[in-house]
Amino acid sequence: MLAKRIIPCLDCDLNVPHGRVVKGVEFKQIRYAGEPVELATKYYQDGADEIVFLDITASHERRETMADVINATTENVFVPICVGGGIRKPQDYVNMLKAGADKCSTNTAAIHNPDLINEASKVVGSQACVIGIDAKRRYIEDPKESDEHIIIETPQGYCWYDCSIYGGREFTGIDAVKWAMECQERGAGEILLTSMDRDGTKDGYDIPLNQTMSQMLDIPIIASGGGGNPEDIYEVLTLGKADAALAASIFHFDEYPVPVVKEFLKEKGVAVRL
Amino acid sequence: MITIIDYGSGNLKSIRNGFHHVGAEVLVTRDKEELKKADVMILPGVGAFGTAMENLKKYEDIIHQHIKDDKPFLGVCLGLQVLFSESEESPMIRGLDVFSGKVVRFPDTLLNDGLKIPHMGWNNLNIKQNSPLLEGIGSDYMYFVHSYYVRPDNEEVVMATVDYGVEVPAVVAQDNVYATQFHPEKSGEIGLEILKNFLRNVL
Repeated sequence: MLAKRIIPCLDCDLNVPHGRVVKGVEFKQIRYAGEPVELATKYYQDGADEIVFLDITASHERRETMADVINATTENVFVPICVGGGIRKPQDYVNMLKAGADKCSTNTAAIHNPDLINEASKVVGSQACVIGIDAKRRYIEDPKESDEHIIIETPQGYCWYDCSIYGGREFTGIDAVKWAMECQERGAGEILLTSMDRDGTKDGYDIPLNQTMSQMLDIPIIASGGGGNPEDIYEVLTLGKADAALAASIFHFDEYPVPVVKEFLKEKGVAVRL
Repeated sequence: MITIIDYGSGNLKSIRNGFHHVGAEVLVTRDKEELKKADVMILPGVGAFGTAMENLKKYEDIIHQHIKDDKPFLGVCLGLQVLFSESEESPMIRGLDVFSGKVVRFPDTLLNDGLKIPHMGWNNLNIKQNSPLLEGIGSDYMYFVHSYYVRPDNEEVVMATVDYGVEVPAVVAQDNVYATQFHPEKSGEIGLEILKNFLRNVL
């Protein structure tokens, strides 16, 4: 039986030598968690199923630094590695895969140039093309009002989801569910789905968002944003139907190490790799 | 010395690092003369069947000769699939035909059962037969990522399977040729055990 995946995420600031892993709450109150290579190795030893590195500066200049980080990490880390931030053309995918990564995640670049998904998936394969979607709820009064958006019922009211780009700094008005379906059509292999409303809050994942995406798509969904404890992770993997759960700070500051989360899930009857 | 065939297929670094980590000397090469001299050959692979076969064309004779000379050979992921006769993914293109059988796509009926395609993630093995490659390995989780799977004409070559809506051959072997559908180099410490077994029991 396919196991649900637990994925620590490293938000990397690459403006210092070797980089550093940071975590902020809604981009404020930045804390430093350690060096990327060091943390990735620790999570690997803890039993992480996959590790995501995000270059939060998403800069052209730092992509080489990111490649160095991946190079060093994969000497001793033998689980899949996904890299995001600053991936803009098929050659960027190729370079990251050469450095030892297995997948690349794109958000802003894919929204600006959706053909990138078709091109990249032809060159490196769909399995390496992850699309990051940062989705923000837009509440509406009357669900019948809109035919351009996919309306979802949440405990807080009816809403649609707006795609954000540039790390949450800009909104596009693009419907996140429709965009995810287009990405799948174009050759994306997986969706890394972050709830902007929950990110950094530890209030739990956005369950209706994950449920809807998982039902509408044939490709796997990685739930992200809001995971504050093992119960939240359990909820999104079962009720939310996500294939994998991504979290950052609960792992970084040893609140709930990976083995603790997995033991909890196993006791609840979720298939996990222990 | 382990020789990895570099035919332009994605992430070769991981398989190199994996073997290196378990103590092997590794050469990654696209040079035909080097490949002819190889004692042990590894065929990695990510991507499409047709593209891989096109890129492998110039090495086909060398691979067949290596296998005929009874030297150890390991195929990984697409490197397993191209060892078969043909694939639905690229209907006009012949495979290496070391194993007779076909590569087919996961049926869309899987989607109705809530399964996704590709089969991506960690799945646990069902051991079918004793194999030197699988010494000490039980129903352990390995990392898979693929949308097509193999259907060998001869069931006897299947050493282990996984369940994913259908029964998927995960390890096939015949004489000196071994192949895994999963990525041992991405399957954590237990995956590295498979590489160790290959070094210890097959060479």
